[in-house]
Formats: sequence, C-alpha cells, structure tokens
Amino acid sequence: MLDVTGLNAGYGETQVLYGLSVSAKPGRVLAILGRNGAGKSTTLKTIMGLLPAQAGEIRFDGKAISGAKPYDIARAGIAYVPETRDIFPSLTVRENLELAARRFPCADGGWTMERVLDLFPRLGERMENGGMELSGGEQQMLAIARALLMNPRLLILDEPTEGLAPIIVKLIHDKLQELRNDGLPMIIVEQNFGFATSLADDVVIVSKGQIVWTGSAAEIRADEDAQHRWLGV
Amino acid sequence: MTHDLGFWTLQTLNALQLSMLLFLLSIGLTVIFGLMHFVNLAHGALYALGAYFAATIASTAGFWVALLVAPLGVAVVGMALYGGLISRMRKSGPMAQVLVTFGLIFVLLDLSRIFWGDLALAINTPAALSGRVDIMGTGYPAYRLFIIALGVAIFAALALILSRTQIGAMIRAGVDNDAMAACMGINVERLFFIVFCVGCALAGLAGAVAAPLLSVTPGMGLEILIPTLIVIVIGGLGSLKGAIAGSLIYGFVQTFGAVLLPGVASILIYALLAAVLLLKPVGLFPAKG
Repeated sequence: MLDVTGLNAGYGETQVLYGLSVSAKPGRVLAILGRNGAGKSTTLKTIMGLLPAQAGEIRFDGKAISGAKPYDIARAGIAYVPETRDIFPSLTVRENLELAARRFPCADGGWTMERVLDLFPRLGERMENGGMELSGGEQQMLAIARALLMNPRLLILDEPTEGLAPIIVKLIHDKLQELRNDGLPMIIVEQNFGFATSLADDVVIVSKGQIVWTGSAAEIRADEDAQHRWLGV
Repeated sequence: MTHDLGFWTLQTLNALQLSMLLFLLSIGLTVIFGLMHFVNLAHGALYALGAYFAATIASTAGFWVALLVAPLGVAVVGMALYGGLISRMRKSGPMAQVLVTFGLIFVLLDLSRIFWGDLALAINTPAALSGRVDIMGTGYPAYRLFIIALGVAIFAALALILSRTQIGAMIRAGVDNDAMAACMGINVERLFFIVFCVGCALAGLAGAVAAPLLSVTPGMGLEILIPTLIVIVIGGLGSLKGAIAGSLIYGFVQTFGAVLLPGVASILIYALLAAVLLLKPVGLFPAKG
C-alpha cells in the first residue's frame, strides 16, 4: 500500500538515503531495523513530507505523494508518531486528542475518543493535565492515541520504545499487538530487536541509506549472521 | 503632587491607555513571530496606514465607520503583502526577512507621502466621546477611556478564542511545533495566513484609534516600532500573556518614569529591556517554555 522506490533524501547538503526502496503491505506490520544513523528516521520523515525527496518516488495506494506537504499526507491517511513524540506542551491531554478527533471524523467502527481511552485508560485520568506534565510512557500513549484518532490507513511509529521503562515497553507492545490483530497496517522503526520482530510480519534492514536485507520476522530471528552483520545483536 | 490621589489616577489611566495601544500592536506581531518565525518589521508601517485610512474615511463617513473600515483596509493590504512577498520568504531566514520588511517600511512611508503629503493630518474625536468622565474626582477624557476599554475587550476576546476554541488550540499547537501540527492534518499555511491578516487588522485598528490622539504623520509607524519590539522582547515571543504583560510594563514604566524621574525617563525602559535580556533572555512569558 506504500511503495518507496529509489529514494534519495537527507538534511540539506548531507545525503542520507541512497536509492532506498521499501514496501509496506495492507494489513501487515513492517519493521525497519538498522544501526544508528543508517537512515531509518530519515526514511519516515521523507515519507511524511517533512524532508524533501531529492530523487525517487513514494506512492500511497498507487498515488504519488513524493513532494506533497505533511498536511496532504496526513489527509491522505498516514499518521505519524515521531521519535520525540512531539506532544504539544501548551495543550492539555484532551486538547491534544481533540485536535485529531475534530479533524478526522470517524466512520463506523473507527477510532473515537472513547475507544482510545479504553485502549489507554491512563490517559483518561490525565485529560486536564498539560502535555508536558506527563511521564515519557504517558507521552508515548498520547502520541499513539492522537495518531489513532486520525483514523489512519497506515500508522508510522519511530522508535516507540525509546527511553521507556520495561513495563511500559510491554504495555505499548501489547497495545500495538491489538492494533495489528485488528488489521491496521504499520511501519515501525525500532532499535529494540525483540520488540520489533515480535510485532512485525515483514522486516527490512537499512544500512548506509539502502536496504541490505529483506525477509520475514521469523527469518531475521533465525539469521544470526545477518543480525550480527547489520545490527550488532 | 505625588500625595494627590488625582495625580495617581490620572497617570494610571494614561499608562493604561498607552499600554492598550501597544497591546493592539504587539499581539499581532508577537503571534506572527511565534507561529511563523517571521520577522515583520513593517508591522509599524501598517499601523501608520491604519491611521491614514481612518483619517481619510473619517473626513467623509465619520469616525465610527472609519474605525471599522480602516482595520479591514489594512488587512487587505496585509493579504497583498502575504501573497506577494511574505509567503515566498517564509524559508529565507531572519536576515533576509528583516531586510525586506525594513525596506517595506520605507516603501509604505513614501507611498503615504505620495498619497497624503508630508503634512500631519488631524482627526476629531467622535462627538459621543469628546467629553470628560469624572473618575474619583478627576476629569478624564472619555476617548482615552474608550481606548482602554477597547484594549481590554480585544484582550478578553483573544484570550477566549485562544483558550477555548478549536482554532485557538490549532494556533497554540502551531506555535509549539508547526511541523507536528502539519503532520496532524492542520493546514498550517492557511492558519498562518489567517493569523497574519488578523494581526494586520489589529495594527490597523491601533492606528485608527490612535489617530485622534496623535497627529497622523508618515513617520508614526517608525516611532511606534521600537516600543512594540521592546514590548514583545520583554513579554516573550508568541504569547498573549507576554504581549499584555509587556505592554503594561512598558506603559507604566514610560508614563510614571516621565513624571516621577524625568531625568532618567528616556533610558529607564531600555535599562529594563537590558535587565530582562540579561536575566531572562526569552522574555517573561514566552509561548515556548
């Protein structure tokens, strides 16, 4: 459903991606793995239109979205949970959620305020708190809840476990597993190998701005050579 | 004189009136700074334009029509500036923006000279507000009270919009993090445009209400620019609270400084500015904590 072909991108003069190609399929979870600085986050930012694509093509459901603005990409149905979570500090938890809920009215069976608060009851207790009064784990829950309220057709998560306590990592894992069982397509960039491979259907490994390994989650778990070579696991 | 209640009442009202005028100017500028990271030095020139529009319209259609139409006229000029210049300069960095909008001050200044001449224009206070109102034994011009009331009303309306409405939440989110706001499907560019036009209209409104107090001259935009910049630097960028706090501080320091410490009055506000920059460089109430 998302097809990236021959993508070149980077920050200003510094090129990070060199002809990267990757596909996310409907109803499946894709994990993008790789060492620090390999180009994982850059790939996500370029998909979201936050960085310009210098060459190559990005198609979402067959429609070219390379060169589109983040606003258009969000409207097209891709929700993004950035590495830094980017909760709006001037807004309360409720306002952070409403910002998404009001803009993306849900069809039957879609995500409503009630449903995301069922998923993350912790947020329900903190509705009137400011965005910056939350713990790291609560911020991550809010970032995911906010993305779900956009009723996306594809959810993109950048390092969802970074800096979180093991018990919260487990909770985030279980919630993402629920979403996966519901058939929500996801792309997850992750350093936590166990977390990523237990959620993912498909796995790619990025190194120096290119895909160097493609396969299933079971295959990468079995391929110790690739793990050692590309991930240093 | 300092033991006289009337003196304190009078100076307090004077300070409030100056503060409210500065508030109308600085709120637009500070939110444009905060939301768009755009340095618009021509904001003062738009204030002058508001005063000229008001003077022209008031001479034929009366003050109240002028008070309504002049801000709209300035907003239209703002739209043209946005479409022609500012939307193209969004990513060109502060230095280029400062140079271009600084140049714009002189373009607008000379245009107003061409259209309205070098002589100062006068505009009469409306009949309904030409009298004096007795406040605790002190007679105070009704028109200046009107300016205070108008400033308070605009402040209350903006506070309500920013804190209670969806567009207010969108503006706060945009000031916090415009890239993430865009990723959540907010049309940040359209939001910028609306905020910019409202900011221009408020600058025009400030010019229109100031016109009966001051004489309308081509240089009035430059004269008000420095106080406005001081207000937003003291108050902190991007926040309503900062704009009102900065305006009140400027208004009171300037007014009371002039009557109590006339010897140092002219440097007092700059000393305060320097102190704020040393102790709290981001200002007292910046939008980004």
